Amino acid sequence: MALLEIRGVSKTFRTLKALDGVDIDVQAGTFHGLIGPNGSGKSTLLKAIAGAHFADSGTVVFDGHDITRATPYERARAGLSLKFQITAVLPELSVYDNVLLAMQSTESLPRLLLSLSRRALDAEVTGLLERFRLIDRADDLAGELSHGQQQWLEIAMALALRPKLLLLDEPTGGMSPEERHVTGKLLEPIKAHCALIIVEHDLHFIRDICDRLTVLDQGKVLDQGDVEAIQRSPKVQQVFTTRV
Amino acid sequence: MLTKEASGLVVAAERVPERRATRPRALRRVLPYVEGATLVVALIVPAVLSERTDLITLATNVLILSLLAISFDLCWGLSGIMSFGQALFFGVAGYAIALVGRDLEFSELWGTLPLAMLVGLLLAGLFAAFLLLGRKPPTTIFVALGTLTGAYAAERLVSGWQYVGAGNGLSSVKLLKLGSYEFVEGTAFYFLALALLILIYAGARFLKQSQLGLVLAGMRQNEERLAFFGYRVQLFKAVVFSLAGLVAGLGGALYSYHQGFIGPGNMGPGLSTTAVLYSLLGGSGTLIGPIFGAITVEVLSYVLSDIDAIKPIWPVILGLVPLGVVMFQPKGILGLFVSDRERIGSYGRRRRDG
Repeated sequence: MALLEIRGVSKTFRTLKALDGVDIDVQAGTFHGLIGPNGSGKSTLLKAIAGAHFADSGTVVFDGHDITRATPYERARAGLSLKFQITAVLPELSVYDNVLLAMQSTESLPRLLLSLSRRALDAEVTGLLERFRLIDRADDLAGELSHGQQQWLEIAMALALRPKLLLLDEPTGGMSPEERHVTGKLLEPIKAHCALIIVEHDLHFIRDICDRLTVLDQGKVLDQGDVEAIQRSPKVQQVFTTRV
Repeated sequence: MLTKEASGLVVAAERVPERRATRPRALRRVLPYVEGATLVVALIVPAVLSERTDLITLATNVLILSLLAISFDLCWGLSGIMSFGQALFFGVAGYAIALVGRDLEFSELWGTLPLAMLVGLLLAGLFAAFLLLGRKPPTTIFVALGTLTGAYAAERLVSGWQYVGAGNGLSSVKLLKLGSYEFVEGTAFYFLALALLILIYAGARFLKQSQLGLVLAGMRQNEERLAFFGYRVQLFKAVVFSLAGLVAGLGGALYSYHQGFIGPGNMGPGLSTTAVLYSLLGGSGTLIGPIFGAITVEVLSYVLSDIDAIKPIWPVILGLVPLGVVMFQPKGILGLFVSDRERIGSYGRRRRDG
């Protein structure tokens, strides 16, 4: 059984049919890319998975649980983690505290009040900051980081939730080519314990790190398959040569 | 400088020393000194004012109202809940212990003060369940109006209820007792109020600096983000709101015992707004700031109402002072000394060797 099964998901905003009967399977341990022209429904689909809004029809089954109508809180608890398109780090907290805040989210309220896990989590927070090259900025405010570093911090925070599935909405937006390259390297090791759905405009980036691709066009699945197959697909080529 | 074809790793690492060199981080912590100085002053006040019983009474009153100030700061300063009804929990607890004294002839400290705290906790919990724990997160305005309405309704209700003294309130409240000792106005009551205030303050400070405090700090910046982390944001708010009710309840009981009186005005929007004033004037979110606010407002109104020339207009002056502060110094008196960084708080370990 796939980790995430999306069946017949539709979403309409007033008269605009943003998603129209989308079916996608995401297997555990795979990196799954969502591509398509602007307005093809990539971000809408990601938000329907994360719970930022609900699908009008269809089902989203994650890890055996139907989460179609679950709140963001319930989805996060089930093991879904979302990195927003626009960076949403908490700018007035330190970089360290941002990660700690994400990591301690499974703790109960009394344990938080007594600060029982602050020490135990320190090694993990530090490790994550080291991996994402933010350790030297640990005591700085998150709002003082460069845009690229804020994106890394976001990914670190999303991973701090120890998700089974991580949703990344344009993780390399606004990054320099060097930073994009590093981002790809930073994501590689998570494959062992976490699947990934990634929405990205940079086709080179997505081709380098993804195992499978789904191409959306006007709210419908145009084609899906492994990266090689999609690159050869005439349907996809037509869309990308005529409208991108 | 490193070459441009350097990998991202080098590019990222390169920025750090630049920033550090241009902006050395000064981390002066001011609040502990302010807290310490305030404590010292509070401890010597009775000795200094020993000749003036009226001033001891004023000082005790300030301590009691400081509990209300902390209660509001827990809501607004720490959790972002705008409560315009904090006096409700204060007043209801005050009435509760006055009635227990009148009808059950009981006013033992070990029984009535916990009772007052329980009343405040449960009543605030009830309000929290109604205002905060719906399926959809409430807006700040909804909560502000909900609490305001609650306080207003309660004030009107007791004003017309004979059993609780209607518009006259309850006077001749039984004296607070500990065994055979009775707390009358004066130094002993002052120190009792001070001890309780220190306990509550320490508790609130502990909460603010705990990992729970980190959640609250995050919540104030971006509630939605925290929901995506898997935090039940509204539950956290409800818990802190209930605890704030507990603190207000303790304050109300002490007020009732100290004044020997509790009336409808002690639970309405008037006193609730005064609590808001304490916090904004002193500097919300700092815990000690609202206490400064309480001291300033209460001492100012005591002094101004005593000067014949300005007697008729003193409430206007009293209103203008906080208005000026909010307009020109929105972070309150303490905002002049305390950095944003310290006010918001740091929760993780600091590494100076990094």
